[in-house]
Amino acid sequence: MYKRNIYKVRTNRPLSAKTMLMVLEGDTQYLTAPGQFVNVAVEGKFLRRPISVCDYDAESITLLYDIVGEGTKAMSLLGEGAELDLLTGLGNGFDADVECHRPMLLGGGIGCAPLYNLAKVWLQRGVRPVVILGFNSKADVVMEEEFKGLGAEVYVATVDGSHGTKGFVTDVIRNEHIGGDYFYACGPMPMLRALCSGVECDGELSLDERMACGFGVCMCCSVQTKSGAKRICKEGPVFKKEDLIWK
Amino acid sequence: MSVCLGDVRLDNPVIPASGCFGYGYGMSEFYDINILGSISFKGTTREARYGNPLPRVAECSAGMINSVGLQNPGIDAVIAEELPKMRAVFHKPIIANISGFSIDEYVECCEKITGQEQVEIIELNVSCPNVHGGGMSFGTSAESVAEVVRAVKRVVTKPLYVKLTPNVTDIVSIAKAAEEAGADGLCLINTMLGMRINTATRKPVIANVMGGFSGAAVFPVAVRMVHQVSKACSVPVIGCGGVESAGDVIEMMMAGATAVEVGAANLRNPYACKEIIEALPAEMERLKIEKLSDIIGIV
Repeated sequence: MYKRNIYKVRTNRPLSAKTMLMVLEGDTQYLTAPGQFVNVAVEGKFLRRPISVCDYDAESITLLYDIVGEGTKAMSLLGEGAELDLLTGLGNGFDADVECHRPMLLGGGIGCAPLYNLAKVWLQRGVRPVVILGFNSKADVVMEEEFKGLGAEVYVATVDGSHGTKGFVTDVIRNEHIGGDYFYACGPMPMLRALCSGVECDGELSLDERMACGFGVCMCCSVQTKSGAKRICKEGPVFKKEDLIWK
Repeated sequence: MSVCLGDVRLDNPVIPASGCFGYGYGMSEFYDINILGSISFKGTTREARYGNPLPRVAECSAGMINSVGLQNPGIDAVIAEELPKMRAVFHKPIIANISGFSIDEYVECCEKITGQEQVEIIELNVSCPNVHGGGMSFGTSAESVAEVVRAVKRVVTKPLYVKLTPNVTDIVSIAKAAEEAGADGLCLINTMLGMRINTATRKPVIANVMGGFSGAAVFPVAVRMVHQVSKACSVPVIGCGGVESAGDVIEMMMAGATAVEVGAANLRNPYACKEIIEALPAEMERLKIEKLSDIIGIV
């Protein structure tokens, strides 16, 4: 189920030069799985901004977002107490019920966001996930301490080598002999492509695409899968590795 | 609030436009869609279509550009799977939006859909390129619009409405050609051709370069064209383009529309049609309108 509701900003603060953390208070009953997203109406912008849910509880939603354009810039200027119109409960989310012993949670840049609640879910079940986060540079690194604080096994890679392993998430998997038996990934397309060809175990990936509605009626975010055309906003954003087609 | 599109009576004039409401049932998660006058379902073609490459959408001031490319499961799957799901939750007249890339395709799709229960109006989208006519859109020439309307009229038993493209020099001549060829009504406007460029990457935002521009920004164009066409033609006109409020519905009806389609507004606000319908009585009272049917084309 998905619904629209008005939320109140509790916190909206920078984690790095481009990444913001926003905590919103309001009805969270339509969020049912880690990896779902919300679609945020921004004053003066025609379309909403689809943003992954980083975490949620009974009365709050945490969003992590990069300031990439005018819409997210406007969001970043909202102060405590400001009201935001959100559609919540969008998308399928990650399947946290798969059978595995050592799940790998692989995030690229802002793609680390939806993995946070997923890590919590696995830890609550008594399984310690491996979290591997990739960023361009040390200045972009976010959420490392937060994932550690949960109790996850955390690795970081930076493209320029200024923090953690030099290179990509895939380099960490190889160099550290991580040996996970299932993966969850969210990040830029080149990263997801590399994971699908370079990681042997099964997994699922959260895709990011320009959207209009976010609830499945406009067909702007379709992807061809092995089981036909799917809407990233509705049947996705999470797809099984074996379902995706890489050209 | 009721209006009559020919013999088809709608409880109110508000209709979600094709492509902005799917086949309806997905929207019933938001609200009871039976409050709507009708629904124009997603443009349907003979074969299943995946549509255009991504990205398919770009944002503009007061609007958006889309280039979905008529992604749909094809007429047979629509009849077998989508329509039953739609009928399960929606009990009002359905407008079947049919697209095609050849006259044969239009005819075949219309032949199949015309007998379907609850489909009360067939809305012909003539904005697609004609693959036999050098790729030019059917809707940009009076002759090809007339040709497709005549061919489809021979096979349909339901009222046939032609959804016109605004990307023409003289909308009135094309509307008249459709009427003379036997159209029972007209719907206008479809999207306007637009384009955005990402100045950082120096590339078009949309993979297909251009797309259909819709949203509040096109409302004055739609009002103008509805006004011109409804003065020149005697068949009912469904007004469409940039409608976002009860006030817009009334303005469109004063311009000459018998009913009004709401498109892009649904994509930002899934409750747009519901809010418009709920706001209509107060807006009518404010403007001293007793019956909506009284104001059709009064300007």
